[in-house]
Amino acid sequence: MDIFLQQILNGLVLGSVYALVALGYTMVYGILGLINFAHGEVVMVGALVSLSVVELLLGTNLGLPAPLLGVVALVVAIGVCMALGFSIERIAYRPLRRAPRLAPLITAIGVSILLQTLAMLIWGRRYHTVPALIPPTPHAVAGATITNVQILIIVVSALIMAGLMGLVHFTRLGRAMRATAENPVVAGLMGVNINRIISATFMIGSALAAVAGVLVSSNYGVAHYYMGFVLGLKAFTAAVLGGIGNLPGAMVGGLLLGLIESLGAGYIGDLTGGFLGSHYQDVFAFLVLIMVLVFRPTGLLGERLSERA
Amino acid sequence: MSARWRELAHWLRHDRRAKWLGLLSSGVALAVLPFVLDASVGRTWVRVIDLALLYTMLALGLNIVVGFAGLLDLGYIAFYAVGAYTYALLASPHFGLHLPWWVLLPAGAVLAAFFGVVLGAPTLRLRGDYLAIVTLGFGEIIRIFLNNLNAPINITNGPQGVNLIDPIDIAGVSFGRTNSLLGISFPGTHLHYYLFLVLTVLVMFVCIRLEDSRLGRAWVAIREDEIAALAMGINTRNVKLLAFAMGATFGGVAGGLFSSLQGFVSPESFVVWESITVLCMVVLGGMGHVAGVVLGALTLATLPELLRHTAAPMQQQLFGKVILDPESLRMLLFGLALILVMLLRPAGLWPSPTRRRELTSAHAPGAV
Repeated sequence: MDIFLQQILNGLVLGSVYALVALGYTMVYGILGLINFAHGEVVMVGALVSLSVVELLLGTNLGLPAPLLGVVALVVAIGVCMALGFSIERIAYRPLRRAPRLAPLITAIGVSILLQTLAMLIWGRRYHTVPALIPPTPHAVAGATITNVQILIIVVSALIMAGLMGLVHFTRLGRAMRATAENPVVAGLMGVNINRIISATFMIGSALAAVAGVLVSSNYGVAHYYMGFVLGLKAFTAAVLGGIGNLPGAMVGGLLLGLIESLGAGYIGDLTGGFLGSHYQDVFAFLVLIMVLVFRPTGLLGERLSERA
Repeated sequence: MSARWRELAHWLRHDRRAKWLGLLSSGVALAVLPFVLDASVGRTWVRVIDLALLYTMLALGLNIVVGFAGLLDLGYIAFYAVGAYTYALLASPHFGLHLPWWVLLPAGAVLAAFFGVVLGAPTLRLRGDYLAIVTLGFGEIIRIFLNNLNAPINITNGPQGVNLIDPIDIAGVSFGRTNSLLGISFPGTHLHYYLFLVLTVLVMFVCIRLEDSRLGRAWVAIREDEIAALAMGINTRNVKLLAFAMGATFGGVAGGLFSSLQGFVSPESFVVWESITVLCMVVLGGMGHVAGVVLGALTLATLPELLRHTAAPMQQQLFGKVILDPESLRMLLFGLALILVMLLRPAGLWPSPTRRRELTSAHAPGAV
């Protein structure tokens, strides 16, 4: 029972990060009908930029308090990622908005490789240890443990998601975003500046990705140039699981995928009699993706049918 | 001067004898190529050409899926891995099995095709983007399994890979060592070269014939407009599955050949990056154009070797140190190439005439 609860807690932590990244995928998909392949790399850039900022500030010996340090790093990472998201859309997607479907997918892969290689050149191939700004103190919850860093991750993600829902549903920008997602042409006729809305969507998604990057690297204590790929793949799975294009769906999908993964990894050894171990954790996301696509391609909360070709 | 050239070009193109002469001379050139390379720049280059031919086969296989049928497959290297491991496991001391190549190459091809169908069946009903992600995931999964299936039962020997794989052996002539015929000695790399060359030409021939076949036209129809294709009576699902299976088949064969050439396989050879490399070859060369894809594959497969010999010394001379190692430089170039080709020349460097027409009419002024 303790193990079960522990895996649930781990799953929630993992799942809130997936949810943040999945929101980025789903927002872009909702508006452009395009999978932003490079989104995972934005998460990676966020993690590594914040790491560099923290190391730089720790090196200057200003004696800043740790939480302030964390906030500064987060803000810088968000800024960099928003700029990155804006430029990715401008350079790689906007010129191809009316091109055959394959074209933006291929440029997205190009952007992804480019970002990964640049990150590798800037930060090197090694795994970076992320300094623990907040010393992780474990708390006992009914037989399982959760660190304060993990609690922070869940709380921050929940707040951000609530903020996003508020933004989308109660502001002018949000209304314009929903209108564009519904029908870009008509939204344009109604006076919505489509290009601005699309840019804003990419920037918001990238900001969420930056936060996710900072959170995930502080949870595991490591960051490296390759971390975005698998994370991106899983977050996309989460978005599909919840119903791509649907914001609450991305959150539900993210949390659910986190739970499935950590429970799966925790119990696969027992279930298969020790034949398969926890290093197959990455396989679960993929299996979930296949199952969803076979049995319910619209996802859990998706309404719109995914069209052909 | 130019008039004379034009005359020559015209003669080459239209005279039957000239055609045969051209074919014969390029045949001779290809036949002596390994010996020329061996003597002038060293045996490693023969090996590079061997691998370039393997990549050409892979690129042609992927071209069926991406170029003809317009389905983006980002895990293509998984089929290569299936073929390579099929060969490696059944023709090495690992299991003590030493089945002959003429069993293993077809077996690898069939198994790869099977995986292609299994993977394609659930996803081909959906939009192309999903297929891209699923295949990307599949490529990773295959690698994870290859990496971890060494315990508790050792099937793939994990990260260490499989060693001492039997080379191909045709009628007693083993491709693993030097053989001599009529006083000329043929090292294993040269023999592999001839085999790969023959197979590459065969694959090219199949692809060119496919392009204008009923099936090839069905693929192109699906690529252009699936609903219209369906309305024209094409069984889109089966035809797409067939594209997937055929692409996988070529991948599987190339994988088996790779095992024979290297004598060693490990999961390291089948990372996502390899899938992307093959995709680059197809996109850069010209999606759907066999000659373009061959050009793209040969260029990109020999590029890293060229970079190693030129970029590093050049940087050494210019800046006094190597700033970009050739490997990173290659990745940067590939990434940039994918973006720039799609933005500037979406049909590739050497597009097929029809494809270029389609793409330019879609990009008519005022359309964007």
